[in-house]
Amino acid sequence: MRYLKLLLTFWHVSVAAETEYRSNFVMSALNSMVTLAGAIFTLSLFYQNGHQLGGWPWHDALIVVGLFTILDGFSQTFLTPNRTRVTELVRQGTLDFVLLKPVDTQFWLSFRALSLWGIPNILLGIGITIYAGMHCEPPLHWTAYVIGFIPVILGMILLYSIGFALGTLTIWFTKLFNITMAMQAMLEAGRFPISAYPNAYRVIFTFILPIAFMTTLPAQTMLGRVEWPWFAGSAIFAICSLAFSRWFWGYALRSYTSASS
Amino acid sequence: MPIIEAQQLSKSYRVADKQPGIGGTLRHLFRRQYRHIDAVREINLAIEPGEIVGFLGPNGAGKTTTLKMLTGLIHPSAGRATVAGFTPFDRKPAFLRQISLVMGNKQQLIWDLPAIDSLRMNAAVYNVTNHDFKQRIDKLATMLEITDKLNQPVRKLSLGERMKCELLVALLHHPRVLFLDEPTLGLDINAQNTVRQFIRTYTQEHQATVLLTSHYMADITALCERVVVIHKGGLLYDGLLDGIKQRFTPYREICVELEQPVEREQLATYGEIESIDGRRVTLLIEREKLTACTARLLDDLPVVDLSIADPPIEQVIGRLFEEGHTA
Repeated sequence: MRYLKLLLTFWHVSVAAETEYRSNFVMSALNSMVTLAGAIFTLSLFYQNGHQLGGWPWHDALIVVGLFTILDGFSQTFLTPNRTRVTELVRQGTLDFVLLKPVDTQFWLSFRALSLWGIPNILLGIGITIYAGMHCEPPLHWTAYVIGFIPVILGMILLYSIGFALGTLTIWFTKLFNITMAMQAMLEAGRFPISAYPNAYRVIFTFILPIAFMTTLPAQTMLGRVEWPWFAGSAIFAICSLAFSRWFWGYALRSYTSASS
Repeated sequence: MPIIEAQQLSKSYRVADKQPGIGGTLRHLFRRQYRHIDAVREINLAIEPGEIVGFLGPNGAGKTTTLKMLTGLIHPSAGRATVAGFTPFDRKPAFLRQISLVMGNKQQLIWDLPAIDSLRMNAAVYNVTNHDFKQRIDKLATMLEITDKLNQPVRKLSLGERMKCELLVALLHHPRVLFLDEPTLGLDINAQNTVRQFIRTYTQEHQATVLLTSHYMADITALCERVVVIHKGGLLYDGLLDGIKQRFTPYREICVELEQPVEREQLATYGEIESIDGRRVTLLIEREKLTACTARLLDDLPVVDLSIADPPIEQVIGRLFEEGHTA
C-alpha cells in the first residue's frame, strides 16, 4: 500500500515536472503525433505490397507489429526515462540521496520517472492488435487477447530486466548513455515475426537477445500457435532475468564509490 | 553508549591516472594505469547521543568519504562502523529512517518543481501523515524563514533559499542522526546564521546527534564543543575545540601598537612575526617565554598599546593542516 502511494506520488511529480515547461509539452505532443503518423504510414505500406513475412499472413504479422508498438510505448513511458536518470544520478553523485531513502532502491530507480509521450504508442499498439485480431482467419475470440496478454507482460519484464541490468553497469562505467540506443535497436528487431529473419538471426533473437519472447511468442499465443514449452520457457526466462537484475544491482552497489564532493 | 562508532574504519580507492596529450588519452583508453589511494586510514570515533561534533580537515582529507561510510553509501575497505545500533552499509530501512545527509554541493530537490513537491515525495517515502506533514512544514519553514518560498520552482530560488529547502527536506522525517557536509557552502552571512540557528534549535528539540563538516570555522565555533580533525585520511585530533589551541599552539599572539615603526630584524628577535601593518605588529610568542618576552618588549620598544590573545581558531587549524601533526 505504501509502495502504491509512493508510485502515485512519483508519477504525479513526473507528470508535473514534464508539464512545467509548457512549450516543451506542446513540442512533445507534436512530436508524438508526427511519430504516430509515421507509424500509420509504415503500416499502410504493409497492406499495399502484400507479400508474406516468414510465412505469417498479413493480419497475423500485424499482431506482431501491434505488440511491438505496445512494447515500444511501454519502454518510452516507463523504462527509458528511468534508465536515463540512473546514468545522471551516478555521474552527478545524487544517487546518494536515493540510496539513503528507506525504500527499495531498485523500485525507486525503476519507477521514479514517467514520460507521457509513450502512451499514444501504447494506445495505437492496442488498437492495431485488436484490429488485426478481428481480421485474422478465424477472428480471435476475446479470451485469446487475455491469454496473449500474459506473455506480453512476461516480455515487458524481460525487456525491463535486461535494460536495468545494462543500466546497472553505469555504477562501474558511469557514462553509458548508449544503453538506451542499444535497447531501442534491440527492440526494433521485434517489429517483425522472428521467422522473417535468416536462421542465424533467429538463434540470436531467441537465445542471446531474446526478442522472440517479447513480440513473436505473445502473438503466437494469441493465435493459438504456441508450443507450451516455449510459453513456459518465456516465463522462466522473464523470472530469471528479473532475479538476475536484482542480484546484479545489489552486487554493483558494493562497488559504488559515489562521485566526490 | 555511543550512537556513532567507528573502529579502524578505512577506505582505499583505485583511481585511474591519465597523462596529458593524445598519447596519454590513447593509453588511458586502452591500457589504464591505476593507483591505490588510502582515503581513510584506521579511524576510531565514538559520538554520544545529542553531541554536535565538528569534523575538520583540509580538502581531500577523507571527511566526505568517512561520512559516506557512516551513512552506508560506500562500503568500508576495512574496519567497522555502527550508527544508531546498525551497520550502515546494510542500509536497513529502520536505520535509514533515523539518519539524514545534507550535502552543500549536491541537491535532492526536484529542480523544475516547487520544494513543496519534493517535500510531499519525502513524506510518502517516510510515511509522514498529512497532519504531521503540515505541522512540521509550518514549524521548520518558519524557523528557516522560507514559508513563502515553498511554492516557487526550485530553479527560481537563490542559493541560500535552496539550501534552506534542502535542510527542510532532509529533516522532514525528524532524523536522530544528522550528517551535514558543508551545509553553509556559498551562503551569505545572514543565511549562514539562520542555518546555524536552525541546526542548533533542531538538535536541542530532538536530541539529535550531528556530525558537521565545514570550511567555515564560524559554523564550528557556533555549534560544536568537540571537534575531530583528520588529515590525509588519518585521525589528527579528537577532543574539545578549545583543547586544539592548548595542544597544537604552544604560542600566543601579542599585538603591539608602536609610537613609530621598528625594523623587521629587531622585531624578529622577540618571536615569529605574524604581520606588520605600519605601526601595528602581531607576533607569535611561545607560551613559556611569554612573560619574559612581554617585559622585554615593553622595556625595549616605544609601545603605545599591547594585547595578548590566543591566535584565531582558523589560524590554528590552518597551521595544523599545513604541518600535518600526528596525534
